[in-house]
Amino acid sequence: MMTDVQIAIDIEKLCIAYQPMQDVSIVKNMFHNRLKRDKKIRALTDISFTVHKGEVLGVVGKNGSGKSTLLKALAGIFRPDGGRIDLCGNTISLMSIGVGFNDQISGRENIILSGMLLGFSESEMYEKMEDIIDFAEIGEFIDMPVRVYSSGMHSKLAFAITASLETDILLVDEVLSVGDEKFRKKSLSRMQRLIGDRDRTVLLVSHDLTTVKEICNRVLWLHDGQMKRIGDTEGVLEEYKEFML
Amino acid sequence: MRLFLRDIWKYRKYMIRAAKAELRSEVTNAYLDWFWWVLEPVCNMLIYYLIFGIVFLNSERYYLVFIYSSITMWTFFQKTMVSSVQLIRDSKAIITKVYLPKPVLLLEKMVLNAFKMAISAVIVVVLMLPYRVPVDAHLAGLIPVLCVFFLFTYGCGCILMHFGVYVSDLAYIVSIVLNMLFYFTGIFYSVQDCIPAPWGSVFEAMNPLAFLIAQMRNALIYQNPVAVRGMLCWLVGALILAVLGSRIVYRYENTYVKVI
Repeated sequence: MMTDVQIAIDIEKLCIAYQPMQDVSIVKNMFHNRLKRDKKIRALTDISFTVHKGEVLGVVGKNGSGKSTLLKALAGIFRPDGGRIDLCGNTISLMSIGVGFNDQISGRENIILSGMLLGFSESEMYEKMEDIIDFAEIGEFIDMPVRVYSSGMHSKLAFAITASLETDILLVDEVLSVGDEKFRKKSLSRMQRLIGDRDRTVLLVSHDLTTVKEICNRVLWLHDGQMKRIGDTEGVLEEYKEFML
Repeated sequence: MRLFLRDIWKYRKYMIRAAKAELRSEVTNAYLDWFWWVLEPVCNMLIYYLIFGIVFLNSERYYLVFIYSSITMWTFFQKTMVSSVQLIRDSKAIITKVYLPKPVLLLEKMVLNAFKMAISAVIVVVLMLPYRVPVDAHLAGLIPVLCVFFLFTYGCGCILMHFGVYVSDLAYIVSIVLNMLFYFTGIFYSVQDCIPAPWGSVFEAMNPLAFLIAQMRNALIYQNPVAVRGMLCWLVGALILAVLGSRIVYRYENTYVKVI
């Protein structure tokens, strides 16, 4: 029997809906905030689950099933339209490429700004600066404006920044590795180290079921914004594969 | 209110750092670098002086200071309003990936524009020297004027930032309104003196920018006290606007991402 297992994430009846831009007029916007039911797109409906500390939860589902929306809601980017999200006092970050990058300023300056956006202080970012620059492997380009970077260099720097900011909860939206072959191996190794940390809770969205099977303790299957199933990795993935065939 | 103050405190260093980074990025490719922050308003001032001071023979005392101080305040307001409308869309790369209180985005722009305003303010002081504009304790009246001015700008910025998410053609409307407001705000003429009485005083009192610019001139140039009753009225108005604007943005901020 598991005792003293801390809960890291507690979600209850989470609902998130979108409003398409082209349906909003000036008059409606000024005098009405309620929008017609049939105009809303329900991205997530009645999602409830808990994640324990140190657990790696895989999130699978077809395109448009609400996986990224779920991660963004957890990261605080979307406000729930219903239900609640409790992070139990944990810090959280969403593994995203290029958060807060200003293309006109240097990579070095962007390191500071991106880190500050993710909740770290200037001094903490200065401490991590050399590690991030070494990891990114972009050489003297670090002091040049990001707009001159190739897409590969852009990804490397963004990955290096996010991978160095080790929060209690890590949300990974299909960003396990980036860049050329050599950097892919390095970034994957770093991700595996981050995910393998027993004190860190991870939610991993991925279409790569092999990776999900290798890394995840449990899997959540979303379909059209609703929970189809949550449970042991093998069982859920089997059902998911059969469903998708 | 507590949430707003908490967020200002939490993100204060980010705002300043981001504003500095944006300032640097503005001048990265310019040959004259930061000097454009001085040169642009000075050139505008000279143009207005040529047209209104020489061609139209405006007889205001200390006319260069008169215009330049007004342009300094107007430019801050105008640039903040223009950037507010598109601010959420322009910040899409950030707000779709990490939570950032949306008022912080606006405040960062205001810090950036305030820095440029401060440089212009130095030019105003420099211009006052050859004119030998006398100054006295009435100069302290600038403090409440600028406080109400920033509060009013923040409130308007929040409202525009919110509606700018949902109404993409708001940018055009704002551009037209600002253009009209520019000519009705008495940047290069005195509203009270040029518009026939009693309408000049009424118009100046009703237009917050015209009123605040006039009070700024009272404190800076004319050694007059600021109009206390008018300042109190506009302080209340600016507070209401700022609180309303903040509440609207905080209430709907997490829906902006869904729209953009």
